[in-house]
Amino acid sequence: MKKLLKKLYIFLILLFLYAPIIVLIVYSFNASKSRAVWQGFSLTWYQQLFTDSKILSALETTFLIALIASVVATVLGTFAAMGMMKMKKKTFETVRTITYIPVLNPDIVTGVSLMMLFAFIGIELGFVSMLLAHITFCTPYVIISVLPKLYQLDMSVYEAAQDLGAKPFYALRKTIIPQLMPGIVTGFLLSFTLSVDDFVISYFTTGGHVENLSMIVFSMARKGVNPKINAVSALLFVTVMILLLIVNKRELSSKKHAAKNKDTLLNREKQIIKYRRNEGK
Amino acid sequence: MGKKIIELKNIYKRFGDFTAIDGINLYINEGEFLTLLGPSGCGKTTTLRIIGGFEQPDEGDVLFEGVRINDVPAHKRPLNTVFQKYALFPHLTVGENVAFGPTIRKISPDIIQKDVKKYLEIVNLEGYEDRDVSTLSGGQQQRVAIARALINKPRVLLLDEPLGALDLKLRKDMQDELKTMHKDVGITFVYVTHDQEEALTLSDTVVVMNNGRILQIGTPVDIYNEPNNAFVAYFIGESNIIHNSIMVKDKLVNIDGVDFNCVDTGFGQNTPVDVVVRPEDVVLVPADKADLKGIVTLVTFKGVHYEIWVEGPTFEWKVHSTLPQTVGDELGITVDPYNIHVMKHEPLEIPSEETAVEV
Amino acid sequence: MSKRRFAFPYLIWMTIFIVVPLFLIFFYAFTDNASGKTLFTLEHVKAIFQPLYLKVIGRSFYMSLIATLVCFVMGYPAAMILASKDFSQKNTMLILIVLPMWMNFLLRTYSWLSLLENEGLINRFLVSIGLGQVQLMYNNFAVILGMVYNFLPFMILPIYSVLVKIDKSVVEAAKDLGANGARVFLRIIFPLSMPGVVSGITMTFMPALSTFVISRLLSGGKITLIGNIIEQQFTITGDWGLGSALSLLLMVLIFISMIFINKYGDESVGAGGLL
Repeated sequence: MKKLLKKLYIFLILLFLYAPIIVLIVYSFNASKSRAVWQGFSLTWYQQLFTDSKILSALETTFLIALIASVVATVLGTFAAMGMMKMKKKTFETVRTITYIPVLNPDIVTGVSLMMLFAFIGIELGFVSMLLAHITFCTPYVIISVLPKLYQLDMSVYEAAQDLGAKPFYALRKTIIPQLMPGIVTGFLLSFTLSVDDFVISYFTTGGHVENLSMIVFSMARKGVNPKINAVSALLFVTVMILLLIVNKRELSSKKHAAKNKDTLLNREKQIIKYRRNEGK
Repeated sequence: MGKKIIELKNIYKRFGDFTAIDGINLYINEGEFLTLLGPSGCGKTTTLRIIGGFEQPDEGDVLFEGVRINDVPAHKRPLNTVFQKYALFPHLTVGENVAFGPTIRKISPDIIQKDVKKYLEIVNLEGYEDRDVSTLSGGQQQRVAIARALINKPRVLLLDEPLGALDLKLRKDMQDELKTMHKDVGITFVYVTHDQEEALTLSDTVVVMNNGRILQIGTPVDIYNEPNNAFVAYFIGESNIIHNSIMVKDKLVNIDGVDFNCVDTGFGQNTPVDVVVRPEDVVLVPADKADLKGIVTLVTFKGVHYEIWVEGPTFEWKVHSTLPQTVGDELGITVDPYNIHVMKHEPLEIPSEETAVEV
Repeated sequence: MSKRRFAFPYLIWMTIFIVVPLFLIFFYAFTDNASGKTLFTLEHVKAIFQPLYLKVIGRSFYMSLIATLVCFVMGYPAAMILASKDFSQKNTMLILIVLPMWMNFLLRTYSWLSLLENEGLINRFLVSIGLGQVQLMYNNFAVILGMVYNFLPFMILPIYSVLVKIDKSVVEAAKDLGANGARVFLRIIFPLSMPGVVSGITMTFMPALSTFVISRLLSGGKITLIGNIIEQQFTITGDWGLGSALSLLLMVLIFISMIFINKYGDESVGAGGLL
């Protein structure tokens, strides 16, 4: 009885979390434009989606920005983390604290402050400013992902490699980078996801000249329900699901500790929350 | 020793496919110090948890002074437990931890305060009331756990490997203290451990368990001197266990190919038996003074004695002797009849390597 | 190996894109350029205390607090159930609870539109059973619902992760010492879960307080929160001074909650715990 109640409670929570998403997806297949009326199955909205040049260009912007931003952030952040390890404690603490600012600040504050910066130094709002903004909020996540790996780093192999005649850069590439790889990959994936997902910062740093998917959704949703958004949502939801499955599978097969495997997805999510949402030391 | 305070009747407990307790019958006398001893996974902790009310037996009865208490929840049993890893409440101070039980029972604060002081004194932690438990050492935490249990004046104190997490020196000290406490407080202690030395040192009664069954119940002296099967002999102290022995007839047993006089009777004639001989009971003599001869293969100095390995015809003997020997020498092996322990032959279930070395 | 220079590009980046913007917020919050000259002023900060904005700030707090409270009341039992050992498939359930967070935040908010609209599913249902149409959108209810929906997992997870870490034997010890179920909860489990609760509350409250999307979409712009005012200053009105002053207010609140969480929160849930 008690068990049944527990199950029921969790079921209700899940219903609350999923009902809107499911309704959203179901209505993306609705033939009727008039929202809640079901007029039969159709792929009209998906067809319209792929002929809508605005949506297509937003799609391109979203992924192009995400790709460039996460690559740049990964390189910038990885080297930054390595350099930070060599700093004096005080400098390190200062740099780390500043690095946390974009992570902890509400997105709207980050967004408007960058907007003011671009106005201040005379960069016109658009693709470039958006890209710069994305690199700025992605890099800290890379640093935060890589730093713990650096703490655990076994430096002796680097020294051993040099002892055996490897040039410093070769030794770095062959010994340090592989050890940091898990952190770097996490940082990259995190950056990519956050960039694709971002609305608020993009909203303030593009000045309406360029739009990513989130912004399209926002401008369409402001006018009420639009089945095309449902179609975009359904596609994004499925994409994210598949991506998550791949990421999880990759970790499942790569992780040696079988016991930890069960909730890699969960751990990843926890990490993201850790990174994503406020607090920190 | 007084009357039976706790009785377990025909207890079975399964976890899925795993049978943790496989039919246990046991009684515990009021005031005694009883130890459940066995390798990990033998069912000793489960037995304790059944007594404490944290597990329900699948079959069988738990009696407290003759009354069935199977359905009495843990918080209503007149027993208290000292947990393996102390299980102190991390958000409370030492004093608040100790006062937890009395506070629940709505005893007046003045009395609680006095009691807390008194029991902290008993465990040698006077003045620690306001300390944060996380600032205490392992040994101190264990004392708090004991005080927290004792303050409730339980009829029985259950201790689940309470010294397991302490280092050797501290463990020895705590053993002495526990023994003193048992004497001073005068309540029944049920103690769980996998450390045979600890069991022998502390207990009035030792219960040796393996695979969910009780193998032997007895005083430490009985268990050590008269193990009633090879496992008990193996687990308690060091032993030579010779499996391929044959009981020729009453009072004559063939060990390692040679007939020995012994004191055991009733095994019949020419019956395969297990023979246990403690290493300190093996006497080495010049080769021509004994029928059983062997070659010394290894001599190790162990402090009080030398450990000497002697290769007999079919068995390698472990010998403790205060005299050294030379590797390669041939020696005679003799054992006094009363030092030969003959027991029914059965396959020996040696605990796996990791459980044996686990401390 | 002198790798310190590896950090130089980032240091430059950090200075331009993190430090300078931060400085700009202070700069615009405390200066005025109306007379052609840049002068120090407290006008923008004072402006926050105009009744108009105070009301908005009050409303933001009020609605975020209610949303946080609802999340807590809904989330704590859920976290407890998930953390209880006899609950089967808890990993699957946990992943299911976490999964919506991966969906775009805008889409999640938008998804309520088709349910809440006057022509939406819920109203159709109400009409069909003869209860008539109810105004579900464009009011406080819709905005709070949107906040609860978006941030509920952020309440459940930190509490869950603290609850599963509570040593089972501590609970047993409390029972052993005579505490019944309710007492075990009040005296042991709840106090021990406080770090998770503090983290959960912050993780729910702060984003709720600074949102402008949820209020914009679900109230159709009828309900204005701090976030909406800031947005308006930068996209429509152009009053950067006021926008910066309000942003500063949010930053101060974040700072305070950081101090709070460092003191009472679960460090391992915080990003700091990772380093």
